[in-house]
Amino acid sequence: MPEAGRQLTQIEAIREALEQAMAEDERVILVGEGVPDPKGVFGTTAGLQERFGKQRVFDSPIAENGMTGICIGAAMSGLRPVMVHQRIDFALLAMDQIVNNAAKWRYMFAGQVNIPLVIRVIVGRGWGQGPQHAQSLQALFAHIPGLKVVMPSSGYDSKGMLLAAIRDDNPVIFIEHRWLQTLRDIVPEEPYVVPLDQALICHPGRHATLLAFSYMTVEARLAAEALADYGIELEVIDARCVRPLDLATVVASVRRTGSLIVADTAWKTGGIAGEVIAAVAETAFSALRRPPLRIALPDYPVPTSPHLAEGHYPDALSIARAVAAHLDAAIPDAELAGRLARTTPHDVPQRDFRGPF
Amino acid sequence: MNPFDLYRQMLRIRRIEEAIADRYPAQEMRCPVHLSIGQEAVAVGVCAALEQRDGVFSGHRAHAHYLAKGGDLTAMLAEIYGLDAGCCHGVGGSMHMIDLRAGFLGAVPIVGATLPLAVGAAWAARLRGEDKVVAVFFGDGTFEEGVVHESVNFAVLHSLPVLFVCENNLYACYTRLPDRQPPRPIHGVAAAHGCITLTADGNDVEAVHQAARTAVGQLRSGSKPYFLECATYRWREHCGPELDDHLGYRPAGERQDWEAHCPLRRLAPRLSAGGTDLDRLESEVAAEIESAFAAALASPPPRPADLPGYLYA
Ligand SMILES: Cc1ncc(C[n+]2csc(CCOP(=O)(O)OP(=O)(O)O)c2C)c(N)n1
Repeated sequence: MPEAGRQLTQIEAIREALEQAMAEDERVILVGEGVPDPKGVFGTTAGLQERFGKQRVFDSPIAENGMTGICIGAAMSGLRPVMVHQRIDFALLAMDQIVNNAAKWRYMFAGQVNIPLVIRVIVGRGWGQGPQHAQSLQALFAHIPGLKVVMPSSGYDSKGMLLAAIRDDNPVIFIEHRWLQTLRDIVPEEPYVVPLDQALICHPGRHATLLAFSYMTVEARLAAEALADYGIELEVIDARCVRPLDLATVVASVRRTGSLIVADTAWKTGGIAGEVIAAVAETAFSALRRPPLRIALPDYPVPTSPHLAEGHYPDALSIARAVAAHLDAAIPDAELAGRLARTTPHDVPQRDFRGPF
Repeated sequence: MNPFDLYRQMLRIRRIEEAIADRYPAQEMRCPVHLSIGQEAVAVGVCAALEQRDGVFSGHRAHAHYLAKGGDLTAMLAEIYGLDAGCCHGVGGSMHMIDLRAGFLGAVPIVGATLPLAVGAAWAARLRGEDKVVAVFFGDGTFEEGVVHESVNFAVLHSLPVLFVCENNLYACYTRLPDRQPPRPIHGVAAAHGCITLTADGNDVEAVHQAARTAVGQLRSGSKPYFLECATYRWREHCGPELDDHLGYRPAGERQDWEAHCPLRRLAPRLSAGGTDLDRLESEVAAEIESAFAAALASPPPRPADLPGYLYA
């Protein structure tokens, strides 16, 4: 990741990746509900229809399963479709095509046909998105052999991994997080790729390893910075990839720190956090000096009411507390709480967010 | 139902939604809201043809349907505010509405999700020998979902007492109908599925009501499912309280044309000519809304500790 250069929001980074992918390869097409509409999927598809035309950038009927199958058919016939769903929850209607066809076609026909398909899905949360608009379903997709599943957390990675996903010959589920969209970081202008199978140590440390998925990376890094003041050096690894998981990076870190904490945006039971822990236990059981820890959502759907949703999502403070407890470190809680107190309401991604969506 | 009652119900829904729109910028209703301002005649015309025991399902734009079916106003407002007195105790918010006492069987935001539920409810009524009709409201965009066609097929196959009500407001979010569907009538597809189809001017509450009465009457005596397509129009933005003309996705003047045929304005002159005091009606409705907001806002917040208990019976 570069140290200096042009800054973009993640929305701009994704938009640029799409534009460059379409410019470099005319087989790339962009499909989805609202892709060319005035809102342009939170701005990530803005202007692309004007540049590439209605043949390559188009709105789709509200028909997720059928449209996914249509894109799979197009992919096996030489196109490279990128589909987008404004909420991951809507992709559930396409589960049949994703699981039964996209993930298996190459395998069950013994490698004779590839499905170069990217499905962008956005994970929502906050402002009353509620039980059916805020689910983090990466484990559901990552359970399926034949799919690649990624969750970049920076603009740099979003651009590089989206370009890599589009160039990849396999179906890739590309999971974006609503709360990352407006964060800015350094994103080079020229096209580049970030591999789809590598985690990134984004905050080195030696006392504990914390593997974070997607937006949890942001909260985990805040926690790590606060903990550093108390002599706790937390190593934060941005998982970036859900399937395949970069176990080598995690295991190497755990061998240094002796402990493993996983912070996920999803539910605890059956989630990817449990899978990471199982895999590390299988390969490096003796390196673990403490029981591993999962930081995840409580096992019930997120309620809509802000009164109920408050505290539902783990944040920097709850992570810092959990890490301190995990390491038996005595940190004055009031200090920690003061330092990591939220400056925005708990249910909006940034201060100027006004609803309604 | 007589024209006065139809008017009163539409006016009530209009003013409630306007009150929601007015108060939304205060940032206390912290959930998406999809308003039906302009579309009241369909909700009222259809629900007025139903009995309390009949069922209604809806989707993301459900306030009007909930209210027209007799849902509790205070409970609806409290739900939008995320308070304990809400019809889902704050778990659902605007996009999830329910009032079992009124026969409002549920609304959720996943497009098309309630169509099969309506068919299933009608199927259960048939199997249990209950005299019950189930209506389900959805938009033109929803008609693109596969599950809609699977559900209609089954309903026709078993001649179930279902009234499919398509509110064709020409848009799905910011996408116009011709960009999503070929130029053929939606009700024509339903007819090909084997439904008995009716159409109505969705700005004419009496026309909608007449069509719904015909359908419901026939469904009670065992007819095939009915599919009622109503031409209507959403005045405000897809989601939220504002107008969204600055986005430029609707042809200039289109909204104004529809507003000129406002279902309320259409009926009002006849009522006042007949001696109805419309000003008094306005103040009655305003008073009811004021006290409903006050009652809703007096509710305590819900308790997170209750949530796990909701998960399993
Ligand atoms: C399965 C699914 N896909 C997409 C969405 C996003 N979405 C919400 S409302 C809507 C448009 C619905 O249009 P229509 O059925 O015509 O109803 P209207 O909003 O016009 O009342 C869409 C696409 C969703 N909620 N669920």
